[in-house]
Amino acid sequence: MPPILDVRDLHVHFHTLDGVVNAVNGVSFTLEEGETLAIVGESGSGKSVTVMSLLGLIPVPPGKVTGGSALYYGANGERDLLKMSELELKYLRGEAVKPDEEFTEMDLLQMSREELRNIRGGQIGFVFQDPISSLNPILPIGEQVSEILTRHKGLPKEEALERAIRLLGHVGIPDPELRVKNYPFEFSGGMRQRVVIAIAIACTPKIVIADEPTTALDVTVQAQIVDLFKQLRQDLDVSIIWITHDLGVVAGIADRVLVMYGGRPVEVALVDDLYDNPRHPYTTGLLCALPRLDSVASDRLECIPGAPPDMLQPLVHCPFAWRCDYAFERCWEKIPPLISVGEKHKVACFYDLEKAGPRDV
Amino acid sequence: MQKYLLSRLLQAVLILFGVLVLVFFMVRIAGDPVNLMVPREASEEYREEFRNMMGFNRPLLVQLADFMGGALVGDFGNSLHFKEPAMPMVVHRLPATLELAGAGMIMAIVVAIPLGLIGGFRPGTWIDSLGRFLGLLGQSTPSFWLALLMIFFFAVDLGWFPSFGRDSIKSIILPGFVMGFGGMGALVRLTRSATMEIRGEDYIRTARSKGLLPKTIYIKHVLRNVLIPLVSVIGVSFGYSLGGSIYIETIFAWPGMGQLVQQAIGWRDYPLIQAIAVFTSVVVVLMSLLTDVAYAFIDPRIRYND
Repeated sequence: MPPILDVRDLHVHFHTLDGVVNAVNGVSFTLEEGETLAIVGESGSGKSVTVMSLLGLIPVPPGKVTGGSALYYGANGERDLLKMSELELKYLRGEAVKPDEEFTEMDLLQMSREELRNIRGGQIGFVFQDPISSLNPILPIGEQVSEILTRHKGLPKEEALERAIRLLGHVGIPDPELRVKNYPFEFSGGMRQRVVIAIAIACTPKIVIADEPTTALDVTVQAQIVDLFKQLRQDLDVSIIWITHDLGVVAGIADRVLVMYGGRPVEVALVDDLYDNPRHPYTTGLLCALPRLDSVASDRLECIPGAPPDMLQPLVHCPFAWRCDYAFERCWEKIPPLISVGEKHKVACFYDLEKAGPRDV
Repeated sequence: MQKYLLSRLLQAVLILFGVLVLVFFMVRIAGDPVNLMVPREASEEYREEFRNMMGFNRPLLVQLADFMGGALVGDFGNSLHFKEPAMPMVVHRLPATLELAGAGMIMAIVVAIPLGLIGGFRPGTWIDSLGRFLGLLGQSTPSFWLALLMIFFFAVDLGWFPSFGRDSIKSIILPGFVMGFGGMGALVRLTRSATMEIRGEDYIRTARSKGLLPKTIYIKHVLRNVLIPLVSVIGVSFGYSLGGSIYIETIFAWPGMGQLVQQAIGWRDYPLIQAIAVFTSVVVVLMSLLTDVAYAFIDPRIRYND
């Protein structure tokens, strides 16, 4: 599958009163068409900042993208037809195969605010963590869904509202034609998250970014929302970036997993591969920390000793070295690069868990 | 909505009842009310005659019932000074005070809300600094001092506006400005802080993630939410300013409620003072009732949450 998003060496800093917080330190990943990529990591590992910064959704200042690129390959639909080459137009008319990727790739990080606004919501949808606070409390639900259609599809109000009703029905809101007049406080948490999802998919985006969409919900509702995402992925053929710290949810929905620590990717692998064969000490620690159905109730949950790294310090070595049982000299000398250890499996670690010894790099 | 309004209405009635009881006892709490109302050198016969005339020799409960009955039909007795019914005199002053309070409020809103909004959206810019400076100035400048200053500059030196009275449209500029200046200060600060708070809300991030245009975000999503705290403050403070400003109306010889208060106290005209106190309370309670209604119109959580 061709990539739809290719992020390379992203750096994001926040300038605070205490100093510069190095929130994201060289993150690279790709998102393929139709794929669900989970980004996993503990609080402060930079997973939300990574995706929010791609679309200008971090507050600037204090935040600032200080380096990297984010090539987006889906922009052709929104491009000015008059400026397209003959080949591109032929492709759009279905008369030619997809030309080389150059014509569609655009660096999100280099776009003007206006261009980004067209991408946001129109081509990349968002679902946020807390559905209680992510809807405007004093606007009717219908209005909040339909305004994105008016904005990106140029639909007149009535038509947009009709579409909104259909969308709400599609995400499982009962009696949508009555509910559009309701306000967020008249919905439960799970129903509100469905509304947020309806907003995210309203303009049939190419990518949906879901930032801990189930964290604020209780477990049964979590499962419903995960199921809804699975169904939508099939219906809409959309790529999903799913940010979470819950490895249990990841197993249910992701194709591939990116594990982040200290603002850096430490391991990326296909989901089954990651669970069966974790290659980074942090990933193994995370997997051990999962509660198991077959464990004895009185057993204490495993945890990784130590605390997350101080992001105020510039990164000069492996961010996990402090907490790592396997750390040796090299881990304190430089930052381990992401190296390939199998098909679609990369890890950033100088220690080879399989060999039980330093890795040859 | 109906339940909400009904409960507010009931509260208003209870408050007014409490005000009436307080006003009734206000003149009796220090002992013989006759001592408050007649000159110290009055003869014993005159005191006795006055007591009979005012009905102060009757049992307290009878007096209270009489007072309440009168209050219901707006009868608070005659003004001691003017020898005519007190309440109509008070009501007669309302238009002037309404005019002054309205002018002040409009001046405050016109300046404060745009400044506060811009300051809240773009903190740290020069216009934000200007707003914060004016906010501080408005809240910390004593109105009587500002009034004198205005008279010196604009009435005496420049001669642009009259220094006192209520004769033409020009008369209201100076007192209206002084009246609005303090409220403007409070309003700039409130608008700014409310805007900054709303701007950081999750649903504004959602609005941005939809790719909405900035003007849509500001007007539809931010401004409407900022209005909720603003309406309550504007409504209540307008209610208070309808009670009249003693300083400003006295300095500018503005024939409103505040001036009447000052005169009535000077004359020890207790029936008149009682009428003013009750009338002012009614106005304040009515304004906050209106504010509650406006509130319900803006915020659906109140409108539907019965």
